[in-house]
Amino acid sequence: MNRPSVEELKGIAREIRKDVVTMLCEAGSGHTSGSLSCVDIVVALYYYKLQNDPKDPKWAARDRFVLSKGHTCPTLYAVLARRGFFPCDALMTLRKRGSILQGHATISTPGCEASTGSLGQGLSIANGMALAGRMDFKDYRVYCLMGDGEQDEGQIWEAAMTAAHYKLDNICGIIDYNKQQIGGWLSDVKNIEPLKDKWAAFGWNVIEADGHDFKQLMDALDKAEMIKGKPTVIIAHTVKGKGVSFIEKNSVGFHGTAVKKADLEKAIKEIEEGK
Amino acid sequence: MADLKATRDGFGEALVELGKTNENVVVLSADLASSVRANWFKDKYPGRFFDFGVAEQDMMSTAAGFALSGKIPFAATFGVFASGRAWDQIRVSICYMNLNVKIVGSHGGISVGPDGASHQALEEITLMRVLPNMTVIVPCDSEEARLATIAAAAHKGPVYLRLGREPFPIITDYKGDYKIGRAVTMADGTDLTIVGTGIMVQEALKAREELKKQGISARVINLHTIKPIDKEALIKAAKETGAIVTAEEHTVSGGLGGAVAEVLVENFPVPVRMVGMKDRFGESGEAKELMKYFGLSHEGLVTAALEVLKLKK
Repeated sequence: MNRPSVEELKGIAREIRKDVVTMLCEAGSGHTSGSLSCVDIVVALYYYKLQNDPKDPKWAARDRFVLSKGHTCPTLYAVLARRGFFPCDALMTLRKRGSILQGHATISTPGCEASTGSLGQGLSIANGMALAGRMDFKDYRVYCLMGDGEQDEGQIWEAAMTAAHYKLDNICGIIDYNKQQIGGWLSDVKNIEPLKDKWAAFGWNVIEADGHDFKQLMDALDKAEMIKGKPTVIIAHTVKGKGVSFIEKNSVGFHGTAVKKADLEKAIKEIEEGK
Repeated sequence: MADLKATRDGFGEALVELGKTNENVVVLSADLASSVRANWFKDKYPGRFFDFGVAEQDMMSTAAGFALSGKIPFAATFGVFASGRAWDQIRVSICYMNLNVKIVGSHGGISVGPDGASHQALEEITLMRVLPNMTVIVPCDSEEARLATIAAAAHKGPVYLRLGREPFPIITDYKGDYKIGRAVTMADGTDLTIVGTGIMVQEALKAREELKKQGISARVINLHTIKPIDKEALIKAAKETGAIVTAEEHTVSGGLGGAVAEVLVENFPVPVRMVGMKDRFGESGEAKELMKYFGLSHEGLVTAALEVLKLKK
């Protein structure tokens, strides 16, 4: 795929961030800061890397994206809507009764590949898709976005061993490393460092990138595809709440809460002015 | 004496058949391939067999990924690990998406014997039947296990298949009419009904013979599918015989006993006695010895039958 310009992606990401804070504000609840930290990663995937067809979400040869950190589904929903998988109007129904947009990611949303929300399960699901693809001689790739707090889950490491054991070079893990989880800093709640060494020791090719730098993200996704015989994980260093200063400053407080109506305009303005 | 065979053997044979007839069938194991007879499939179709080591949670969610890609995964391990260790993975990765994953829990029940309580699965029926979309099947002999496995592959949606390790005689005689969700009347009777599942159906038939000597006529129903439960057969038995004894090698709390009671209480209440494990763990011992010790035997069923008859109006 031809590379979009970094400016173009930045513009899209600004729109997605506005969608995310607005839909969460409308819902009155949800996970704001972790949704904002992964926006640029999900934009890089859906506007650069993934081969898919919004008009045919189940196209057999499509690349798959599994959102293992299912609580940050607002970002995925906004990206899917803007890519044309379903009408943007639906975004304002997030978390409401009867909506296709549930509080955590589900397959009821067109384009969403797996229902998640109980942390630690997405990488295993992605491995299953990758093993099935290889069995059928299909060359689709599978991407799985994990949280950094999610690295606490034992199943992540079971899945890491499985992917390495089966030499799944058609899978690419991405970690949204914003350094915070619901209970505070990772270093206080439960230290996951040395993260790079851990993944390397589990048999993965590891790439580190600035998770808000589109050039680095596109380079990392390209490099991951070139590595044969082992899976690749991209550790994307991010800022929790990225794009809105009062959310960044209180990113733990905004882990599981929405922007209040009175603060929405301020948030939107900051995102629009953001570089 | 008739050939003895365990339900896990019927499962293993069916997998080999499915390997030939259905190219979408894949088999997943958590380091127990030979114990659960999945190695018979592995030997014939190595490219469609995947081991996950001692990692049941990873295996279940990976099975979900296979199912999302059009495969029909059979994920097999011991019942304690399948239903307990990986319960949340079965709930969120499999049942929530209503995926076509077949979960196979071998070594169910107290009849696992000498390995003791940690390995005697006594809660799977309860744990699995509370999950929406799940079908729960407990075969009573190896032939029924073979048919259940074939039927599970054809069924769309998640299935839990409970198997045992101990060999028992074949007591069923299906003529192409095995159907998930349809109970089988193994023997008719008028005074009470023993509703059994799994190997307890074998004990129920023995109990029926002993009751007959005392002039009591017992119907025996093989409730091989716990969910969806055959309400019609149960209500009919309650109406026609007026008393029910349930028989399971499993806890009665939420198990077969609980499931049958739920149907009867809401539709046609009659006296019920539940034979099964009563809020306790098992312990080491020989299979038959333990079954007798815990009352999971034809003797235990006769006692329960005489008790329930006293309550009958």
